[in-house]
Formats: sequence, structure tokens, C-alpha cells
Amino acid sequence: MTAVTDPEAPAIAPKGETLFRRNMRLFASSKLSMFFLAITVGFVIMAIFAPWIAPHDPNAPDLFRRLMPPAWMEGGDWTYPLGCDALGRDILSRIIYGSRVSIFIGAAVILVATTIGVLAGLAAGYLRGWVDVVISRLVDILLGFPYLIFAIALIAMTGPGLQNIILALAYKEWVIPCRVVRGETLATSEIEYVEAARALGAGSRNIMLREILPNILSPVLVVSTVRMAHVIILEASLSFLGLGVQPPTASWGSMVADGRSFMLSEWWLSTFPGIAILLLVLSINVVSQGLRDAFDPRFHD
Amino acid sequence: MADTVLDITDLKTCFDTRDGMVTAVEGVSLSLARQESLGVVGESGSGKSVTFASVMGLIKPPGFIAAGSIRFNGRELVGLNPAEYRDLRGKEIAMTMQDALTALNPAYTVSDQIIEVLLAHDETLGGTRRARKRQAREKALEMMRLVGIPAAETRLDDYPHQFSGGMRQRIMIAIALACRPKVLIADEPTTALDVTIQAQVLELIADIRERLGMSVVIITHDLGVVAEYCDRVAVMYAGQVVETGPTAEVIANPLHPYTQGLIASIPRLSDLKRRIRPILGTVPNLIDLPAQCRFMDRCDQAQSRCRSLIEMRDMGGGRQVRCAMAPGGSDG
Amino acid sequence: MSLGKLVERLLQLIPVLLGVSVIVFVMMLFTPGDPVEIMLGDQHVTEELEQAMRRDMGLDLPPHERFFKFLGNALQGDFGLSYYHRQPVADVIASRLPATIELSLAALIFALCVSIPLGVLAAVKKNSILDRIATVTSLFGVSMPGFWFGILLILFFSVTLRWLPVSGNAGFSSEVEPITHLLLVDSLLRGRPDAFWDALRHIILPAITLGLPMASILMRVTRASMLDVLDRDYITFAEAKGLRRTKILVKHALKNALIPTVTVAAIETGSLLGGNMVVETVFGWPGLGRLVVESIFVRNYPLIQAAVLFYAVTYVMLNFAADILYTVLNPRVRL
Repeated sequence: MTAVTDPEAPAIAPKGETLFRRNMRLFASSKLSMFFLAITVGFVIMAIFAPWIAPHDPNAPDLFRRLMPPAWMEGGDWTYPLGCDALGRDILSRIIYGSRVSIFIGAAVILVATTIGVLAGLAAGYLRGWVDVVISRLVDILLGFPYLIFAIALIAMTGPGLQNIILALAYKEWVIPCRVVRGETLATSEIEYVEAARALGAGSRNIMLREILPNILSPVLVVSTVRMAHVIILEASLSFLGLGVQPPTASWGSMVADGRSFMLSEWWLSTFPGIAILLLVLSINVVSQGLRDAFDPRFHD
Repeated sequence: MADTVLDITDLKTCFDTRDGMVTAVEGVSLSLARQESLGVVGESGSGKSVTFASVMGLIKPPGFIAAGSIRFNGRELVGLNPAEYRDLRGKEIAMTMQDALTALNPAYTVSDQIIEVLLAHDETLGGTRRARKRQAREKALEMMRLVGIPAAETRLDDYPHQFSGGMRQRIMIAIALACRPKVLIADEPTTALDVTIQAQVLELIADIRERLGMSVVIITHDLGVVAEYCDRVAVMYAGQVVETGPTAEVIANPLHPYTQGLIASIPRLSDLKRRIRPILGTVPNLIDLPAQCRFMDRCDQAQSRCRSLIEMRDMGGGRQVRCAMAPGGSDG
Repeated sequence: MSLGKLVERLLQLIPVLLGVSVIVFVMMLFTPGDPVEIMLGDQHVTEELEQAMRRDMGLDLPPHERFFKFLGNALQGDFGLSYYHRQPVADVIASRLPATIELSLAALIFALCVSIPLGVLAAVKKNSILDRIATVTSLFGVSMPGFWFGILLILFFSVTLRWLPVSGNAGFSSEVEPITHLLLVDSLLRGRPDAFWDALRHIILPAITLGLPMASILMRVTRASMLDVLDRDYITFAEAKGLRRTKILVKHALKNALIPTVTVAAIETGSLLGGNMVVETVFGWPGLGRLVVESIFVRNYPLIQAAVLFYAVTYVMLNFAADILYTVLNPRVRL
């Protein structure tokens, strides 16, 4: 468990949305955050438009270009700026296509986990009673599993594949937003305007979605960004171990693994995909940090 | 005055904040005689705590002492190096804080926290490390008895949270007094306590002051506390002392409109029909203050001559006031 | 903490452990493929023999009975046979465990030794260059994929500089008679400084790789809690007592600031378990993590299952230990 949220910072205001906007403005005023947000967005664009951006077919082998060094080295060629791998495939194109795997899996896992986690957390925190008991127990049990090991075991049993990887990573991931949302909901539902809404006869569903949800948006955003960075590393680790998406689909983790046996001489095989992972994860982490600072009331005023 | 223990002259303490230079204390002059008790009254933000944090050398960046002098037994404290200051704090001048619950370290037993101050300063302890510790523990027990902890010998190794609020306050006093300081600065000693406990703690301070022959400064926002326990009073407002004098006289005949307001705002049980008159308005922002009376915006007696620099004036009989409207006296 | 409280906490572990074993069991239940066929591989046996094996393994029983059998066996340390190794699973795990424990402990020690002083210094000198460097480094630390970082370390320290070995946990010449099965400890106990030195050289890079994310997290936690503590009244009061600055920092601030650090460290030790798989694979470390990864490719399911259960139980116990540690360190919660 990492320190994903600041327990002292329930984002509470009479008007949730205005506070959220104010926080976002504060976030946008940080140049560092915006710079890394731009890099993150750049990666996303790269993933979406990979077929148009990539200079070559990522899976087209050519033994004549086998282990070709990057363009600036002797024997390099600017047609293949980052060189080629052991099968003669263009590394740059494979990195561009590899971003699809990382970002798609990262986004899908977080989307699934956040949706489940927010709904479960809202239900547990607002309805309480047996709903809370059941959900909290389940959370406790799932928290009892070491993350990567269980994901690995699950994939070992079900076999690798996009869907299985997403499930293996999401099975526990939802617990994290769930705990945050439950805590925030417990805190928020005590607040006057929620009690006022209740007194006015608003239904539970309405109160949860209209009154409470906007107020837990900020912590959820912080948690999902920081967790997305983590999920991307987990996916890359699975790919590195050969348990991720299967060849010939390019993924950064498997590219590092493939290049490992060549690292003594052809260092570029492992180095560039590694830099790609580091850069994307670092960018998301900086953005997340920026969000957290912006949402932390202690930094206001 | 030969009998003066602590002499503050024209103290100015500033804080260099992001919003600008905050002059928390300006032109403060106070003196404390041997065995005297001085009450310092004011609302929060009046500079009373900053003044005595300056005396203790506890002003940290972005705060600093910009001007003035603080003399303890004739020795200048402003500009003293950290090691020299350390030898003074807790030994010659001690301080208690508002809330003992937060001032005592939750991770150590109370005896440990009394012993450490003895080990740091008490030169009468001698012998090996172990012997010194044993003697310090004896003294710690003695101190706990002095401040009236029941069954003190069984409570030495308890943690702060195991004591009641009033007992914790006593332990904090025991720590402060462990090295028999010449001056005790009690910062809001009663604010965190129940009314019934407040009187006990104040009686304890008064009693120990007499027994140990020390001087006491009581910082408070409660004029009632001062009336009961202090020989002299200094009223502070917006970083300045606006009135000082013998307590009885100041309360019977306040000269500064702010002091008058403070007295009028105390509810009196004997006079329930009389309406409490709150002082309207708020303390001025302490950034870029104009050279005029700082109270004039809230003052119902303000006139055009309040718009100039107002100095402290000697009114005779040990009384001083910072008001252009105060009758008589000689310009100071 | 009273004994009653401790027992109560221990009892609370039971539903969690039970839930964990149910999940591991269900996972096995849904594993595609017939265990007997996987076990037999290419060997052909009679139908009767296959049925007998099935009965022997309890595969003919209904699921809930199979679960209780699984649980009962697991409690006795019987996890079945590793067909790949032709040995009981428990023995195989036991033979690989010491290397993993040793690596995890080394990573933990590395993380604590780096993060606590750095976090304290960063807090004491807030906004200084040192603080900035520490913050940026920790951001890199949590963003670095472990497998890649390990490769970079090997490339730099082993291949280029030739200071440290590329992989494994000990050279051939430095075998020592096992006592604790931890090489660093055994070599010292046996008075073999050469073997100790050799083991140390082997463990440095994997320990750093494994410990880096934890060190980064702990650095942040220590810095934040130290900043929080330095703001407390008892620090001002300690200053008013005229104590030395180092005494105030070490005695009054650090002990309180370390409460969250130690708690998070205990929890994060659990995440080292997962990191082990990757790091052991990169560095060819002969531990449990690598064994699990290898088992996946040969479909050695009993071993995977036992290892997952073992990891999960360890993880639960570590969280429990974190809980207890927090209580012990924090006199206020002592009941």
C-alpha cells in the first residue's frame, strides 16, 4: 500500500463542483505539472494514432537489418532512428505500438477498478449496515493478497491474453478506490448540506450521485492517476516475465526482456523501451503529485 | 532598577511572509522585577506570545528580531549564540505552553521528560552517568510532589496521556520549574483547562512563585486571571503595549479605550443586568501599518490627532499609556 | 497492548486467512486442463490407473470436500507433489525460501538505511537543494520499472565497471556449511570472510533493485511525518527546555516521526514479495520468486498454488505485524 491519499484532506465544500474547478485551476497553474501532463497526453496521442505515426510496420522482420544500431551510431540509418531488434524490426515503431498496450491496459484496469470501487465505496459508506460489512470484509480479504503474485498466478492459471491481464490486475485494484471513497463518503455524509438534502426527502441514490459523488471526485482522481502509473509498471513486469500480451504484439516489458540477452553489446534493444516506461510512469506520477498538492487544503490560502 | 530581572526595550519582531513583512511586535518595552508577577493581556494576534517567544529565543525563520534589546539580569539576550541561549532556557528562564497535552511528548514517560531537563542543566548532579540519572529521578519525584501530583512515586513512569488535563498541566509546570528558574513565562496556562481546574493551576503557580522566589509572566486573554493573580498588568494590542501599570489601578481606572473595552466586556455575576459591551471590529492587518493609533478604527473616542504616531506616555504611579486622548501625564 | 487485545486481533486474522485459502482453492478449481493429464505428460497409462490417481488426489470428490481436504493438508504442510521436481512441493519451496528471505531482508535494510536518514534530512532542511534532490529521486524511484533498473545496474556495475558479479547468489568457491541457510549470516558464523564478501558482492545489486521503490516510499513517508512532528508543540517545548538540537531531533522528533515509517515499512515488506519474482528473474537469484516464474512455464500448478498461499499468508502476517508494531510504538493506543 502506498500513501495514495491524504486522509486529512477530504475535499469538502458547500458546492462540490466549484471546489473541484478551483482545484483544477490551482493544478493548471503549476508549470511542472502542465509540462508532464503534456508528455502524458503526447503518449496517449501516440498510442491512438500509432499506425499513422510509426514509420514502419512494428512486426515486419528483416534479417538484413538485424541488431542495427541507432541512427547516430556507426552502421545506423535515420530510416530506423532507434535501430532494430534481433529480428530486424524497427524499435521506434515497436515502442510507438507498445504504448498502445501499456496505455490501453492501464486505462482499462483503472476504469474498471474505479467504477467498481466508487460504486462499492459509495454503497458501503452511505448505506452502511450489512452492505458495509460485506464490502469491507471482501476488501480485507483481497488486501491480504500480495498484488503481483496473485496477478501472476491468475494469469498462470488462465493463460496470458489482454482480457486475462486486465482481469488479473483489476481484481484487486478496485479495493483501493473503494477504501478511499468509503472513507470520504462516511465523512461527507455527516456534513450539513447532505443532511439537508436528506431532510428535504431526496432519495439515497440521488444523494449518493448528486451530493456526495462530486465531492469525492478530487481524491478519486488523485488515486486513479497514481494507481494507473503503478498498473502500467505491473503490466510491463508481467510482459517482462513473458506473461503479458503474447508475441508478436509489441509491448515495452517484453521488448526489454527480448533485449536482455543482447545487453552486453546491443544495449539499445532494452534501453529505449525502458526509457519509454520510465518517462510515461514518471509523467503520470508528477501529474498525480500536482493534483494532490492542488487538492490539499493545506496548500490553499 | 537593580531589582529588574527581565528588561525588554523597544522590541520589534517581524515575520517575512509571502504576503509581505508582518510586524508582529513593535516598540514593546516591558520590565519584570524580582519576584513580581506580570500579566500580559491581549487578543490573539496582539503579539503577546511573540514577545515572549522572542525572550525565549524561539523565534524561527521567517521570523526575526528586527530591533530592540532584551536584558536578563543585565545580560543582553538579543544576538546570543544558540549554545549560550540553550544554557539559559529551561534553567534561568522557563516557559509553559498553552496545552500540556500537545506540549508533552506522547512517546516518553513524564519522569523521562522531567529528568532530561535536569540532566541538561542541573550542575548539582554529580558522579557517573548512572548516578546523575538516579539523582535526577529523585529530583523529578520531588518536583512532581511539589506541583501536587497525588501518589507521585507511583506515577513517575506513566505516559502523559494517562494523566488528567489538570495533572498534565502540573507536570508541564514541574518540567519548567525543575531547574528553579528565575523567571517563569506561563503562556495561556488556563485556556485548555476546565474552569474549576483553572483556579487550582493558577494557585499552584502563585504558591510556587512565593516559595521559590521567582518572577512570573502570565500571558492570557483573560483579564479576570490577571486581576486575581498579577501585581502588574500590560495590555497589548496589535503588536504594541497600550497600557501598563499596577493591576488594581489599571482595572479600577483604565486609561486606554481598549483597556476600558476589555473591562466592559467581562461578564460580571454580581451585575447581571448590565449589558456586556463587546469591542466591535477586528485587529488591524499587521502588514504596512500606517503611523497612527492602531486602535483608532475601533475606538469611539478617536479624533484627528490620533492620526499621528502615538508614543507611550508616563502617567505617574508606575502607569503608562499609549493614547493621545488620555488626560494629563507627561509626554514620554 | 494487553494479551486479550492481541488474541482478539489474532482471531480477526482467521476470516481473512480463510478467505485467502478459498480464493487460492477456487483459482485451482478453474484452472483449465486435467491435473492428472498434466502430471502424466506424454506417458500413457491405463484407464484404471488414471482413475486411481484421480481418487488418490481427491479429484473425484465434490468441491467443498476437496476444499476441506486441501485446507487440512495445507495446515499439515502437505501441498502435494511437484511433478516437475519429483519432490514434495513443501520441500522444493523450503529449499528456495532462504535465498528469497535473504534478498528481501537485504532490500529492507537497504531501504531503511537510505530512506530514514534522507527523509529526516529532507524534512529538517526543508526546501533546500538536498530536499529537492531527495524528492526528485524518490519520484524516479517509484516510477522506475524494477526489471529495467536491474538491467541498467548490471550493465553499469557488472559489465562496464566489472565491480560486481552479473548474477547468482554465490560463487562456487564460497560454499559454507549451512546453519541458518542465509549465506551472509552463515559465512560469518563459520568464520569465512571470503565467502561473506562474495555473498555480499552478489546481493548488492539485486537488493538495491528490489529495495528502490520501498526506499522511495519510505523516504516520502519519513519526510512528511518528520515535517508534521517538527511542527508540534512538544518540539517547541523541548526547545524551551534548553535541550540540544540534536537531542531534540533524535529523541523527541524522530521517535514520533518513525511511527508511520515503521508501519508503512512492515506493509511494504509484503510488496517486496511480488518484486522478488521480477528481481530474481533479472539477477538469476535462486529464490522462490524465480521458482514460481519457472513453474508457470512448465505448468507446475501444485507448486504455484502452494507458493501463492504461502505468499498470501506471509503478507497477511506482515500486515498484522505492522498493526502490532504501530500499537507498540505508539503508547497512546496502548489499551
